Amino acid sequence: MSPLRTFATAGRVLLQLLHDPRTVGLILIVPCILIALLKYVFDTQPSLFNHVAPLILGIFPLLMMFLVASIATLRERKSGTLDRLLTMPMGKLDFIFGYAWAFALLALVQAVVVSAVALGLLGVTVLGGAPSVVFAAVMAAFLGMALGLFVSAFATSEFQAVELVMPILMPQILLCGLFAPRDHMAQVLQWLTDVFPLTYSVDAMRQIALHTTWTSQFVRDLLVVLGCTVVALILGSLTIRRHSN
Amino acid sequence: MAGVISVRELSVVLGGRFQALRRVSFDVGKGKIIGFIGPSGAGKTTLIRTIVGRQHVKHGKVMVLGKKAGTAALRSRVSYMTQELSVYSDLTVHENLLYFARMRGLKGKAALEACRQVLTRVALQDKSTVLVANLSGGQKQRVSLAVTLLGDPELLVLDEPTVGLDPVLREQLWQLFHELVETGKTIVISSHVMDEAERCDDLLLLRGGEIVAHEAPHELCKRTSSKTVEQAFLKLAGVGK
Repeated sequence: MSPLRTFATAGRVLLQLLHDPRTVGLILIVPCILIALLKYVFDTQPSLFNHVAPLILGIFPLLMMFLVASIATLRERKSGTLDRLLTMPMGKLDFIFGYAWAFALLALVQAVVVSAVALGLLGVTVLGGAPSVVFAAVMAAFLGMALGLFVSAFATSEFQAVELVMPILMPQILLCGLFAPRDHMAQVLQWLTDVFPLTYSVDAMRQIALHTTWTSQFVRDLLVVLGCTVVALILGSLTIRRHSN
Repeated sequence: MAGVISVRELSVVLGGRFQALRRVSFDVGKGKIIGFIGPSGAGKTTLIRTIVGRQHVKHGKVMVLGKKAGTAALRSRVSYMTQELSVYSDLTVHENLLYFARMRGLKGKAALEACRQVLTRVALQDKSTVLVANLSGGQKQRVSLAVTLLGDPELLVLDEPTVGLDPVLREQLWQLFHELVETGKTIVISSHVMDEAERCDDLLLLRGGEIVAHEAPHELCKRTSSKTVEQAFLKLAGVGK
């Protein structure tokens, strides 16, 4: 692995995004619009909106980065660019961390913009403060990126990459505690949520919303998210093989 | 003459079923253009992928520049142009070249200078700031070739580099290939177009994963009493007897 190649890859991914302002706009603006929409969904129940909005801030970055990363890496695999890169003196980790850095930066910008809208304009209250929200959102985005990179190996078209959201992310979104408290769910579902990484990303946001300082549960949540990210990155790197059989 | 590629008893089975190559053996000398010629499904791309190290070798031996194919030390000495364009269509020509130059380990001014040189080589200096997506098919192919030339590789492995190009552009590229060979580089070119075979120094005719012939075009024509390589190939393949 070399810093030159890693940052060259990150720079290249960012350049590609800059050439596609529509995608950047969708990544930054759509979550803001959806959060605003949610405020008016709970127009007569501001306390409920205040409860749900921080949890949504843990879901959007993960979902967005999952989609962007899975499609971007699928393109690399299908267009032959990855094939060419793998014959060059580039390490697989240069490629993976190049993507990771680029998407981390994008996630940071997204988290800052969405948090500014939610906490500033829409008046969502989080006791833990905006920096913690941004930090947890970036961690969630990182996890989404790693999962997207991994699952891109199982898609043969961009259509399939988008469809993979349904079996991989939708169950996690339904069961993460956004719609009903996890301890009210059937026991089997509770066990499932225990192994779903999104559960911990959403729980981290809940912890920030309810506590002024970092609780041990918040730290545990972030460590689980980080651990899942590392595992997904390792699995992702295993799907990028220099020699095919 | 030092051997650049040495293949011995190479057999490749793809997907556990399709025998892509059967006990293929041959050598390639330095400073030559060798053409892997044959119809679709003959095994050209599989053979190319074993040489650049993308295809795992289970049966047989493939040595490139004195080392086992695919070893890390070869990655800066061998350059590969895939059948697909393998460049980023949403980046400009210059951005593509600069990125791949850095992937080849070139830094700062050296990377910029390498980009300038290869752009001149493929006559695309005036397209430097154009998005690859906005180029014509032939220009895209030349960008892909320019990427292959970065980093001054000793061996260039080009999979169907002239496919879809107009005759004028094909002629220009063949001139470039001959110029590169004169500087000591070795070029492997795959093609299913028989008239391209005449331009190679050496030919490897493939059919059904086997070598039908391995000799210079004029020797092949002489041996088979044929006027063209295509005729020779058809005779050797037993077609039209």
